[in-house]
Amino acid sequence: MNLGSLLTVNGLPIAEVAHLLALTTQIEKMHPGERAKLLQGRRIALLFYESSTRTRTSFELAAKSLGATTTLVSDKSSSIEKGESLKDTGLTLRALGAECIILRHPASGAPELLERTCNLPVLNAGDGMHQHPSQALLDLRTILTRLNLDAATAHAKSLDGVTIVITGDIRHSRVARSNAMLLPRLGARVILCGPPELLPQHAIEGLATDPAATGWIEIIRDFDLALTLAHAAPHGCVAMMLRIQRERLAGLELDLADYIAHYQLTTERLATHAPNALVMHPGPMIRGLEIAGEVADCPNSAIEQQVTHGLAIRTALLVRALGATP
Amino acid sequence: MTPDLLIRNAHALDPATGLDSPRDILIHHGRIAAIELPGILPAGPEELDATGLTLAPGFIDIHVHLREPGQTYKETIATGTRAAAAGGFTTVVAMPNTLPVNDSVASLHWMLSPARNAAVNLCAMPAATLGSLGETLSDYEALANAGAVGFTDDGKPVLDSDIMWAALVASARLGLPISQHAEDTRLTGGCSMNFGPVAFRLGLRGMTIEAESNIVERDIQLLRDIEKVEGLRPHLHVQHVSTAKALAAIRLAKQQGLHVTCEAAPHHFTLTDEALEHFDTNAKMNPPLRAESDRQAVIAAILDGTVDCIATDHAPHAAYEKEVEFERAPNGITGLETALGLALRILHRDHGLPLAKIVTLMSTNPAQLIKLHDRGNLKPGSHADLVLFAPAAAWTYSAEVSLSKSKNSPFDGAPMLGQIHTTLSEGRIVHRAS
Repeated sequence: MNLGSLLTVNGLPIAEVAHLLALTTQIEKMHPGERAKLLQGRRIALLFYESSTRTRTSFELAAKSLGATTTLVSDKSSSIEKGESLKDTGLTLRALGAECIILRHPASGAPELLERTCNLPVLNAGDGMHQHPSQALLDLRTILTRLNLDAATAHAKSLDGVTIVITGDIRHSRVARSNAMLLPRLGARVILCGPPELLPQHAIEGLATDPAATGWIEIIRDFDLALTLAHAAPHGCVAMMLRIQRERLAGLELDLADYIAHYQLTTERLATHAPNALVMHPGPMIRGLEIAGEVADCPNSAIEQQVTHGLAIRTALLVRALGATP
Repeated sequence: MTPDLLIRNAHALDPATGLDSPRDILIHHGRIAAIELPGILPAGPEELDATGLTLAPGFIDIHVHLREPGQTYKETIATGTRAAAAGGFTTVVAMPNTLPVNDSVASLHWMLSPARNAAVNLCAMPAATLGSLGETLSDYEALANAGAVGFTDDGKPVLDSDIMWAALVASARLGLPISQHAEDTRLTGGCSMNFGPVAFRLGLRGMTIEAESNIVERDIQLLRDIEKVEGLRPHLHVQHVSTAKALAAIRLAKQQGLHVTCEAAPHHFTLTDEALEHFDTNAKMNPPLRAESDRQAVIAAILDGTVDCIATDHAPHAAYEKEVEFERAPNGITGLETALGLALRILHRDHGLPLAKIVTLMSTNPAQLIKLHDRGNLKPGSHADLVLFAPAAAWTYSAEVSLSKSKNSPFDGAPMLGQIHTTLSEGRIVHRAS
């Protein structure tokens, strides 16, 4: 495996998480002029097989802020459209001088294939329903910042006493997988919430990969109860909402009215069960479906800050990928 | 004609006759001429000293893909059968999902022609339905007369119950099996591995165990109904069973006296879906690698006799075809050269299955299943299809040196137990370990 890659949070050492958070803070504090020298003249390819606003733009802006040259290759305007394989596309980018590839792909596991075949550092910008590791890191940083915990360091007890309720389409969500794997390893209690169609019972068995974190992840299908329990957490609670991914439902029938009634985060629900909860959403949001518009805009909401932290975290990931030293 | 050959000092193992002791064996005109205690048979013009080796009837794999015609970049009959010989197999049964599908007498003749240069005895199961489309039965009688040893749409199930009924009836009249790929494809669209926690973790859609067991249960019910209504006794053979639920249904059907047989693949008793943790497409197959409980159920079913034979489902694919995103990669692994090594390691060493039972599963039973009465045993007069192997030899498999044209094996670098020494097909040495 390429040491600069980030393909998954599964098994990512806490020490590495700590290093990335510290690096993020370090880069953030640098003068923009100095920062722009970190990756000056380095070449980074953004290979996007799926549309993206936040992730693509933040990776691109992060790379540019570090002085790197970026190129965007999308499936709609390249030889991919003509049937070129992922391997050959990766080899082509490498031959053109790319030193790192940021990949978003609809197929789970595509980043592992790309890394294996082109032997470049690969940053996973979301693969199928599998992983979105940079999102988990930016979410972690957002949580630490908003709960007034130390955002520049991380350790196995960073999130002790914090409960995070992840609600919605967990079955199809790479964000949920990444967060549910990472956050318990920092001491958080993670409650997964959603109907069985979107959250099978065996999700726990699939996601609780770290024996040290076993017991810190559970399913509670009653959203109100989950919020109430989270509210009792001594060091803060988070309501992380997920988009219903209609494009991935693949024949699943979902009663949207029923879903909204039981799982939409509304002002009333928030006020009644967890008035202090930090509200998060990885975007894109469907206002009026999984989250009420006014909740997305309320003071509890960290949704915009998540995007800002995304830019910061991605600078650290790029610096790490290319082995630069601030 | 090959000259006479005397194999001396072998430990002969033949479950068909109950033989399990040192023997010399004389081969004359490609057949077993005599088998006697060491030292009795006169020296021949050619001799092979088999001291320390086990001699068994050559293995018979009733489920292989040789890719010819149509996909010779993956495998040919010549290369696939050489790989078979390297694995100790002396008869292989080619599946019909070639291009075009083997569903006619002409294509069957072409496949079985000596011009294909098969290194070992080649049999074929033509398609159960024309084009394996599941709609119209192929001409069973003509195909049987041309040498078919059964019928299958392998790679696909015969989904329609009426068509399956007709297939079982037609094959029963000829005394041949219908070999079924048990998968309810209505439940497996978009699925690329086993359903369960690992698939959830990897973000892949999974095939449920019911997708397999539903078809097995449906087919068994058809057997019951056909016996009652038609007065026939069809033979259903269930391919590569991978789930406890399907095995339970087969076990019960056998207890009830129905003519059901089944096979297990070495990968299903060796690996679980955990092997896919890094999206290794060389471990992608159909039926998929299952959970540990299912793997244990396959082993238990082998031990209690529910499973009749080991079949590899040897499925070669070119490297570039497997070097793609997991969900896009074709299913299948090569298996002819690793079957004995895995059977001895997992079933014999780890689970105490006697060596003779391994031979039963790899030779005696598959011969009976496809009615090869003069193969799969060491009786005088039978074809001298023989394998000599060192049962205690530990070695490591390397896909790179495989004789198959393709190298898509999840067992590259894996430990094996029991090494093939020499394989003879009708008295000719077709493989000798270097």
